[in-house]
Amino acid sequence: MNDISELTITALRFGFLLLLWVLIFSIVTTMRRDLQIGRKAVTGAPTAREVRKHPELAASPPPAIQHARTLVVTEGPLKGTTVPLAASPILLGRAQEATLVLEDDYASGRHARLFPQGSRWFIEDLGSTNGTYLADQQLTRALPVELGVPVRIGKTVIELRP
Amino acid sequence: MIQTDTSPKPRRNVELVLIVLALAVGIGASALVSINSEVGLDRDFWFQSSLLAVAAFAFHVVLRLRAKYADPVILPIVVALNGLGLALIHRMDGPADDTGNNQLRWTLIAMAVSIAVIWFLKDHRVLRRFTYISLAVSAFLLLLPLIPGISAGEILGARVWIRVGPMTFQPGEIAKITLAIFFAGYLSSNRDLILLAGRKIGPMQFPRFKDLGPMITAWLVSIGVLVFQRDLGSSILFFGLFIVMIYVATSRISWVVIGLLLILGGGFVASQIFSHVAFRIDSWINAFTPEVFGRSPGGSGQIVQGLFGMADGGLVGTGLGQGRPDLVPFANSDMIVALIGEELGLIGLFAVVMLYLLLFTRGFRAALGTRDAFGKLLACGLSFAIALQCFVVIGGVTRLIPLTGLTTPFLAAGGSSLLANWIIVGLLLMISNTARGPVDTTPMVNKPPASTNTNGIRKPATGKTPSAPTEAVKQQ
Repeated sequence: MNDISELTITALRFGFLLLLWVLIFSIVTTMRRDLQIGRKAVTGAPTAREVRKHPELAASPPPAIQHARTLVVTEGPLKGTTVPLAASPILLGRAQEATLVLEDDYASGRHARLFPQGSRWFIEDLGSTNGTYLADQQLTRALPVELGVPVRIGKTVIELRP
Repeated sequence: MIQTDTSPKPRRNVELVLIVLALAVGIGASALVSINSEVGLDRDFWFQSSLLAVAAFAFHVVLRLRAKYADPVILPIVVALNGLGLALIHRMDGPADDTGNNQLRWTLIAMAVSIAVIWFLKDHRVLRRFTYISLAVSAFLLLLPLIPGISAGEILGARVWIRVGPMTFQPGEIAKITLAIFFAGYLSSNRDLILLAGRKIGPMQFPRFKDLGPMITAWLVSIGVLVFQRDLGSSILFFGLFIVMIYVATSRISWVVIGLLLILGGGFVASQIFSHVAFRIDSWINAFTPEVFGRSPGGSGQIVQGLFGMADGGLVGTGLGQGRPDLVPFANSDMIVALIGEELGLIGLFAVVMLYLLLFTRGFRAALGTRDAFGKLLACGLSFAIALQCFVVIGGVTRLIPLTGLTTPFLAAGGSSLLANWIIVGLLLMISNTARGPVDTTPMVNKPPASTNTNGIRKPATGKTPSAPTEAVKQQ
């Protein structure tokens, strides 16, 4: 089986190395789309120059955002309690380590977690037994909590207030 | 204003094209090996190549059916690495050896298991319910090789094997997946505790002592693996996995500092007490000393022969099947990186390292994209496990760090490692599917009925999701 010349074998040898890198460059080319999504996030808003040329692009000034400053318990054993919101996450549950210790038999030890991201607060269920409900929808993942929307944990209902 | 279409796209056709390229790499390598070994393209070659191709396309079809939005480049990368590994192992086989065919059998089994994981699990978030079960399973798997009846005894200085029928199996490989599931589940629930409590010393905030518990446990586990199984590589892998996952969960650099101090302390004590650790370090620092080179056991002959082989390969390599990797012990498993360096040269070795890097970045991309904390941590942990394994092996072979017995993912001969890594790929594909797919805005309808949660309290099964938790069992 020596009918393949030395030249062919050398060509195949370098051809294989080339093939390896062709695969890598194809993969990198494929991945470019992910980078484009990132770029859009940065340059999505029209620049000042674009606005001058096309006035219709100028978005109406965003409504004044009201930041949540306090957490109020509106129902349940702790009704009336308020907790000031700072920049750190809040742990809700019956456990003593929780930021807001719920004296609620229907709440789990570590029930839910309220955390700030950007200018909004998000709520995330921590695998509680009875679930966390944001405006009557059971949480399956972290969701943003708007001002005044009730969050139910067991028999306790909390709300964010400005 | 740039308008990019950001709606999720499956991109399965791109994956198909890349798989064809990846198979060309794997089968091409196999063909070159056959041509250079004077055997030619015989029936075995065509049979093995078509089996690999069929398996890869079957996996692709399963992704089309079950995980439409999964990352399109993960599978091609893994197919390319696995195909290349098969060719290299086949290349090292003597006339009587069966390692190549054995590896092909394990590849097919591993791919089938990975397909089964994707097909039946559907959603990685289900795994969160098995947080503590995973811990128990990990402990069980790590203890298996120490049980006299099923232990395969001490093979090559390490007690990490069990005997299953005619085969041997390394349960520690599977344990790295279950440990990652435990860490991800534990940290996604207890992150805030670890994050908020603690006192500040200087610029760093240190955790409370009682929150250090799991950290100490992980350290003890890795030290236990080191002491009882004499397996340095796995112990580094498990501990590194935990440090990274806790760092990703809390973004506190103090954990990394504490972890590195613990591992340096443990490593120093181990090198004083255990001869095999001391030998490894000695044969790393003094590799070229004649008495260390020829010493048995614990000599540096393996490393130095590997280095000579890579030097012989140079920039473009000697060509597949034309080097002398038979001079290096374990050229098809521990030292397969030296074999690549010898026969494919620096260019080929860098291509392989690049493939690992791309695989790692895709794992992290899936972690960034997915929306649940558990999935993020799991994807980080699993892709980091692959990356750390590559670093430990390639660093060891190139004498950057002491050589330890870890397998090169997807390349090295070894069924258990192949199986574990393919399961990891299945999980990463599933996580990337949720990360890249359309956002699921419907409430979870099929909440598993009467499942025991981590507190072990049963929830009464109800026909539909209750609007208020009135039927819930009162917790005590």
